[in-house]
Amino acid sequence: MLRWILGGREAQGTVESAALFIGEEQPKNCFTEMQVLKGHFDIVRFLVQIDDLRFASAGDDGLVLIWNVETGECLFVLRGHTQQITAMTSYTFIRGGTAHTALITASSDRTLSLWDPDSGNRVQNISDLQSSVKCLLVLAHLDVWLSGGNELCVWNRDLELRCKMVHHSDAGISAMVELPKNFIAAAMDKEIVIFKLNLSGSDIAVMAMRHLADHQDTIRSLIHINDRLFASGSHIGELIIWDSVDWTIQAYEHILWEEPARDSQSEFKLNHQKQIERSIQHMSSDGEYIVAAVGSGLYVYNVLMKSVVAYRRTAHDSNILHTMLQRDSLMSCSEDGSVRMWELQDLPLPAEPASSGFFGMFGTFGRSSKQTGPPAKKIPEVPGLRSLELIGDLIGHSGAVQMFLSFKEKGLVTCSTDQLLIVWKDGELQSQLRSLAVFQKLEENQGL
Amino acid sequence: MIGSPDVVAFTKEDDFGDSFTDPYSLPEEFTVPLFAHAASANPWTKTSYAKFAKDFILVSEFSEQVGPQPLLTIPNDPKVCGTFDLNYFSLRIMSVDYQASFVGHPPGSNYPKLNFVEDSKVVLGDSKEGAFAYVHHLTLYDLEARGFVRPFCMAYISADERKIMHQFQELSSEFSKASEFLKSGNRKAFANELEKKLRDLEYTRSVLHKEAELQKKNNGCYSTQAIDKANELANMEKSIYEHRDLLRQITSYPSRKKKDGDFVQHETEKPAETSVIDDSLNSNHSEVADKTVETECESRKSSYTPQLIKAKSAKCFDKRLKTMEELCNASFFHQTLEQLNTIEKSYRGDLCLIYTSQIDRALLSKQRITSFLFEAECDSEFGGTSKNFSVSSNNPTVPILNFSGEPQSLDSYTTCIDVDHIKPGVESMEGRPDSSTSDITQETSEAADTETKGSFSSDKSIEAFGGVSPSSLQTNYFDGLERKSKVSIASPSENESSSLAVPQRTSDGNLVPVDPTCCIGQDGFVFEEPLLELAQECYGDTVVNREPLSLLQGDPALQMDYILEESALAESPNMGLTFSELNTEEVAKITIEDVSDSTSFMSTSTSSDRAVSPFTYGNAATLKQKKKAGHSALRFIRQYPFAQQAISCLLSGRTLVILGVDEGTVRKLVNALFIFIPNLGKYGETVQPWLSSPFQLTDLQRWKLIGLQRAASPAGSSILHSLNRYSRYISILDCDSKTLRCPPYKGTLVSHLADHRTQIKRGSTYFLHVQGMLTQLTAKAFLYTFCHHIHLPMDINHQGLVTSRRTNFLLQLGYTVEESKIVQYLSELIKRHYIQGSSKGANQSFCFNYTTSYLYKI
Repeated sequence: MLRWILGGREAQGTVESAALFIGEEQPKNCFTEMQVLKGHFDIVRFLVQIDDLRFASAGDDGLVLIWNVETGECLFVLRGHTQQITAMTSYTFIRGGTAHTALITASSDRTLSLWDPDSGNRVQNISDLQSSVKCLLVLAHLDVWLSGGNELCVWNRDLELRCKMVHHSDAGISAMVELPKNFIAAAMDKEIVIFKLNLSGSDIAVMAMRHLADHQDTIRSLIHINDRLFASGSHIGELIIWDSVDWTIQAYEHILWEEPARDSQSEFKLNHQKQIERSIQHMSSDGEYIVAAVGSGLYVYNVLMKSVVAYRRTAHDSNILHTMLQRDSLMSCSEDGSVRMWELQDLPLPAEPASSGFFGMFGTFGRSSKQTGPPAKKIPEVPGLRSLELIGDLIGHSGAVQMFLSFKEKGLVTCSTDQLLIVWKDGELQSQLRSLAVFQKLEENQGL
Repeated sequence: MIGSPDVVAFTKEDDFGDSFTDPYSLPEEFTVPLFAHAASANPWTKTSYAKFAKDFILVSEFSEQVGPQPLLTIPNDPKVCGTFDLNYFSLRIMSVDYQASFVGHPPGSNYPKLNFVEDSKVVLGDSKEGAFAYVHHLTLYDLEARGFVRPFCMAYISADERKIMHQFQELSSEFSKASEFLKSGNRKAFANELEKKLRDLEYTRSVLHKEAELQKKNNGCYSTQAIDKANELANMEKSIYEHRDLLRQITSYPSRKKKDGDFVQHETEKPAETSVIDDSLNSNHSEVADKTVETECESRKSSYTPQLIKAKSAKCFDKRLKTMEELCNASFFHQTLEQLNTIEKSYRGDLCLIYTSQIDRALLSKQRITSFLFEAECDSEFGGTSKNFSVSSNNPTVPILNFSGEPQSLDSYTTCIDVDHIKPGVESMEGRPDSSTSDITQETSEAADTETKGSFSSDKSIEAFGGVSPSSLQTNYFDGLERKSKVSIASPSENESSSLAVPQRTSDGNLVPVDPTCCIGQDGFVFEEPLLELAQECYGDTVVNREPLSLLQGDPALQMDYILEESALAESPNMGLTFSELNTEEVAKITIEDVSDSTSFMSTSTSSDRAVSPFTYGNAATLKQKKKAGHSALRFIRQYPFAQQAISCLLSGRTLVILGVDEGTVRKLVNALFIFIPNLGKYGETVQPWLSSPFQLTDLQRWKLIGLQRAASPAGSSILHSLNRYSRYISILDCDSKTLRCPPYKGTLVSHLADHRTQIKRGSTYFLHVQGMLTQLTAKAFLYTFCHHIHLPMDINHQGLVTSRRTNFLLQLGYTVEESKIVQYLSELIKRHYIQGSSKGANQSFCFNYTTSYLYKI
């Protein structure tokens, strides 16, 4: 694999020149109020939004907690799983003219449960699974949902098994995305398997259509970008953009974070260099951009332009676990216990010879081109390269921040290894809302 | 009947004060100064010629066997009374025979009749003894006593005449409570006694009947024995009838007991009852009533074995009279004693201190929206109508009442004794007994040297006081300010008819004690400054130099209920523009320094170092503790030039961590600073004085002041790690290297609050200074919170508009950006408190802001 190590190490320094320690003055950080939610007894790994007000959290203690994001009140504690929760999703369906939301959880105790978040009841429970479920996917238009593990099962809304497909691979399905025309892409170790759901009448059959074996290492993340594209990222930093319809590679990036070689540094540093994590732990997309969490760095890619937009090799002190992309800003949380907010800013002109030396870039348009290493062209100056500027960070958790969930102006929920959830809120907005509540109460009470 | 003009005459000092001339006083030209400061630093400890050291309560009885005799004193300590002759004074107070009502056989009736006599309340002075007393007479029923009544009296005896006179109403209501406990217990005991007696009588009658039959059979109808027996039987019948009637009378007294058993609702006497009783007396056979009584007593007293009663055994003078405890139920008796103890404790000390604390409490009760911020919390909910008979020992949930029982502590009354939460029922008696046998004794002056200052029966006084204020007269703390700001629209007071200078009762039962202004007006009022200061605190700078007015004569705006009228809620563009008037910096510089020493001299130990009792977590933070903390605070601001920054951190809600090796040093600093914490909590929940483990994020939410151990152990390094991690949320005061790391503060508010060149020398003085400034701050935070137009309409798109309105408003309050953080934090606290009530939600959110901290060094 060719690495484009150009002479722009200093330039890289300028790109990442803004100190990662942003300090205490954060004018763009609106989260000036926090509320700590206690209730879990082990690592909290999953957050799922139920509606505008509620969300569920789940983790290694097997508990599922339903919270009100505005008040921070724990509405229900859903007990039933004896081991850690491995996957959770919400499932909205129409029944009797009204939309209901159910919560589906899967646990290491090889059970699947369907919960009613309005009553806190366990509606259904399946306990005779062969293996534990690692991922869940709801197909709303078919009114079914899928569970993936060592077997792929299709369930209807009442948790009745509609179809089952057993795989004999060790890895099992780690992630699934929905593709058009009732196709499903599932990540199984290094492969992406395309399944087709055949609907004949009320019967559903699942059929493996194709195995895409272009990744050279375990696939860590698989996301839906838009109707035409989906993306997968592997343990060694391969990022592949796939066509959703014909499953061809639209783009291939091999992100290789390179430690800037400091001449004075000794072999120890070189050893250290090898340890740099470049696994694509998480990706998120807004349909146009992808942000990939590569080790402790962030990498923003424009899928339309097929070009890198911005990157930051060390965005966190430790591996990034979750990212979110919104317009020109993005958020990331990491094992270092912090959430950081970034803004895509145009680089000041003239742009430094922004080196692409720390990632290999192949304008690949076919699957074959990957093997025939040499790049079509060198990109000395990536046009439109922007910088990721740290505009704020949220420090509160004392352990790795596993995930976050945005409720837009209502706040941001983070969950962590330290067993806590924190709701971060816009203090100014909350203050105004409280004022509003005060005047409402004044009016109700007819005075003080 | 005593009308209100009489009461006014009675309570105005001029009217009786002039008439009273001390026969022992020297002519004007020979008088010496009343007390020499040199002789004793505390002129109040010893009253000139009283023979007792301090006020006490005397309970006496007019025994039918031995005459007036003292029963008990509170406090029950012979030293208290000194050489004071209790027997003599009992004679004095009991000789005021208020019992004008007839008990026994009223003319025109053959049957004894119980009068439910109202207590009488008399003030008398004994110049010889140097004693003045509020005397509360009451009667208890005793079947064995003459006329079935036993006269008792409770007297509050003080050397200070003014204290008795000025606190008459309060004393009256407090003693009425005690009296009610006694009387309701007594009614129960009396009814029980009657039931027993009735059964005895009935049993005797049946025995007699049998004997009479036997006599008739044996000796014929007209034998003398038979006639004797018949007469005896007739007497017995009559006696039974009388007793039944008594029982019916006593049980018809409406007595309801609350479910909890401890609390006795104060009975109200309905005028109709007397007539009912009269009717039934006229009709010879009121079977229905009798039957109910009978069935009642049968069901209740079935276990009782009747005894034969010898004829003519009723009056027996060598018998032992029942004790007071026997006359009442034991539990009622103890309740009474507790109540009396409470009274004694709450009226300790000089009158002006009592006034001050009363005003303090009354004002505090009006700021229930904001009082949680800096005021020591009182034990009962403000505005609640429920009267908890607070300090009773069977109510251990009131730990804040720190009646440590230090007899010398004159300022212990300051621990929020909630004397003014009086059961409304006491005062709002609906009617008076219609009985013509009126129970009013206007004045009796029997002994030559006993000046009866006046007396009136309580029901009259109730009318006089209660009838005056049908509407609530709650003057609001903020009314003065409100009036200026035109936020509240004054509505005319409904009752300007009376000009009582006596405390008023609001309809919801809260006492609005003496209006500060009317106290100031009293001649010879020694310490005006505390009142002035308090008056200033509440009414701004307008009131101070004004002629004192009574509550009702005062500005109508001061009498208003605090109501945000509809029109006030509507947005008015001019609102808030008049606040420039409110720049009350002068108010902050009022005579506080002169004032507070009048309270601090009481315990000179407060200013000594060892007296600084460290504030301990979990204990109630009492006012006393806070005053002591004032001394530490004073030392702190003198010692540390960055004290202002530290205090501004606390005021703006940024947690301050005091880091140090030595626990004592850290605790001392915590103790110095905790008075600046808004919303300290009843038990100081927001303070952690000594922590030796790393703190968590949730701790920052809970604690606003943390004393943290600096240790070299692994635990110490993790502590440092947590300090480093959460450094943006905290300020760190390192008391080993004497540095402070915190955001800068350049405002003037805290520099006034914590001026290291302050002339204040005493800790309690400084505490009052702080308290005054914080009260002012709180008032402004209140205005800021409840001023409609600076928060609404809420428009996210025009954020700047609202922000600028707020900034302008704060500028008009005299606050710059530096102070705005503090005001905003307090405002947030007020909002939350208002929305959620005083109950602290388990999960509060925690506000912070992203600002740069600097390191300050000495």
